[in-house]
Amino acid sequence: MDKKSKLLANVHLDEEVRIIAIEGGRGFQSKLRIMGIREGQKIKIISRQPFHGPITVAINGCQMTLGRGMTQRIIVEEL
Amino acid sequence: MIKKIILMGNPNVGKSVVFSRLTGANVIAANYPGTTVDYSKGKMRIEGERVEIIDAPGTYSLVPSNRAEEVSVKMLKEADIIINVVDATNLERNLYLTLELLERDIPTIIALNLWDEAKHLGIYIDNNELEKILDVPVVPTVALTGEGIKTLVSRLKEARSNEKIKPTSDEGRWIEIGSIINKVEKVEHRHHSFRDIISDLTIKPATGIPLAFFIIFCAFWLVRLIGENLINYIFNPIFNQIYLPWIYQLSDYLGPGLLHKILIGEFGAEINFIESLGILTTGLYIPLAAVLPYIVSFYFTLSILEDSGYLPRLATLVDNIFHRLGMHGHGIIPMFLGLGCNVPGALSTRTLETRKQRFIAATLLAICIPCMAQLAMVFGVLGRFGIYYIGLVFLTLIILYIVIGLLMNKFIKGECPEIFLEIPHYRRPSFKATIKKTWMRIRWFLKEAIPYLFLGVLFINILYAIGVLQWFGNLVEPIMTGLFGLPGEATIALITGFLRKDLAVGMLLSFDMSALQLVIAVTMLTIYFPCVATFTVLIKELGLRDMIKSAALMIFVAIIVGILLRIILLGF
Repeated sequence: MDKKSKLLANVHLDEEVRIIAIEGGRGFQSKLRIMGIREGQKIKIISRQPFHGPITVAINGCQMTLGRGMTQRIIVEEL
Repeated sequence: MIKKIILMGNPNVGKSVVFSRLTGANVIAANYPGTTVDYSKGKMRIEGERVEIIDAPGTYSLVPSNRAEEVSVKMLKEADIIINVVDATNLERNLYLTLELLERDIPTIIALNLWDEAKHLGIYIDNNELEKILDVPVVPTVALTGEGIKTLVSRLKEARSNEKIKPTSDEGRWIEIGSIINKVEKVEHRHHSFRDIISDLTIKPATGIPLAFFIIFCAFWLVRLIGENLINYIFNPIFNQIYLPWIYQLSDYLGPGLLHKILIGEFGAEINFIESLGILTTGLYIPLAAVLPYIVSFYFTLSILEDSGYLPRLATLVDNIFHRLGMHGHGIIPMFLGLGCNVPGALSTRTLETRKQRFIAATLLAICIPCMAQLAMVFGVLGRFGIYYIGLVFLTLIILYIVIGLLMNKFIKGECPEIFLEIPHYRRPSFKATIKKTWMRIRWFLKEAIPYLFLGVLFINILYAIGVLQWFGNLVEPIMTGLFGLPGEATIALITGFLRKDLAVGMLLSFDMSALQLVIAVTMLTIYFPCVATFTVLIKELGLRDMIKSAALMIFVAIIVGILLRIILLGF
């Protein structure tokens, strides 16, 4: 892999990245995909709540809040 | 058999608005995912034929992930025609459910809703091309203004099942969706709008948290302002100047006796709307003049918050706290709805995913969240002594919410999944929709509350007349006095509180207790048990077994808190 890959949880605020993989159980994966969080999509972190709180992302024109743990199972690459 | 038409779609795409446009029926709609947790039915006529329309809770896919979505998937089995309501601002995600539905071979028509907003956001969809690809009718609509609804109705007969789309895997559907989007959708790049700036400010913690305090403060201020003015300028004048003279006339006409006691109160005593305890005095005054004005102002304010789209942002900000209490940010929705009346609060726990979360949310709601009737009671009983005593009650409730939540999270088995919530675009609440929604909730309150209050007054007067309450009061006097420092008669108020909490106000006031004793009695009344209506809903939502556990917890907590408060406030 030539581009740097990392966990979505560790991406800087407002930095746009591309999702390359989602880890976890089938149910979890399909739940994310159904909400539009899928491989190949561009995603950006809008806000991060303090004390390990949830993360709000912008993806495909809409915003979503997900738990910190979920963002540790989403692998992204820099653009 | 009447044909059944079912509205299906993702959460927060405006199904309920389409439904009320089609049927003229009134249903609650709001700008957050999961407003509709149960289905509503309505009837309409299409070219002379009567059909039934069903508004199902929103779902992202036909594999349900919470109880509200389960309802939806179950409804689908009865469908003759599906109206798939699709959010045009978010076509890609919505198409997943559309494809799943089209695989089912049920005649389908698509309403491409929020059409105006999509244009506003720079999203252009070729609806004719989409219709060709999906091979079912596609009608652009703006349900809020009614645009496109006529076309939707006239094209209902064209609804058909799709021949081309065959059941496939998740991956197959995504590939299909990708190719559809490429063909029909163009997105124009757009600069940050004012709305986006507000959105950012309210969700980033540094600005969002102070703003949340400010918004909640303003909301309560507005509730109080509207409620107080309604009472002072409308309800009290009506009761005191128009209704009271009439009641005095009736009192003279009736003369002393049981009928006077039940309808008005003690004969000869001055008529007091709060303490007289007659059906026509206290039974009417409390629900109409003490509670209703605040119900009006509360739901009016809540409607504005709901329709604007602020609540999911608030859920994001408070998620951390609620997660520690065994729920997640969405737990704030049952809490807010419950402040008006616990019943809709209890229903909205359905949007939480697991049994543990629902149990915790429902139990905390029943114990610690005072509904408007309870709030009226707290203010009615303690208001005359000053804000300090009211503060004591609220402080106790807040501490309980946190402590019981932490404990339940620790000791109740089960999972608490993380928050996963769509944040909708802000929308300006429409005045008409806000008024309509407030009115629907008021009507619902009147239908629920007044019969119970009448019944309660009647029931208590009869028990008083035959001496049962006095007997019971004497029987438990040692317990009440020993444990909680309360007079034996307070038991009667506790029993009454099961029927309607607000009814207990008048009783407590007539017992001649000190302010601190009243604080204990009011706090216990608030936590020990929900009213009959909430109780019934909770049995349905939690199941009998969990409800028994929850109720046992409520009584246990009430006793412990009663004893603790007695020790802290009154000493030994």
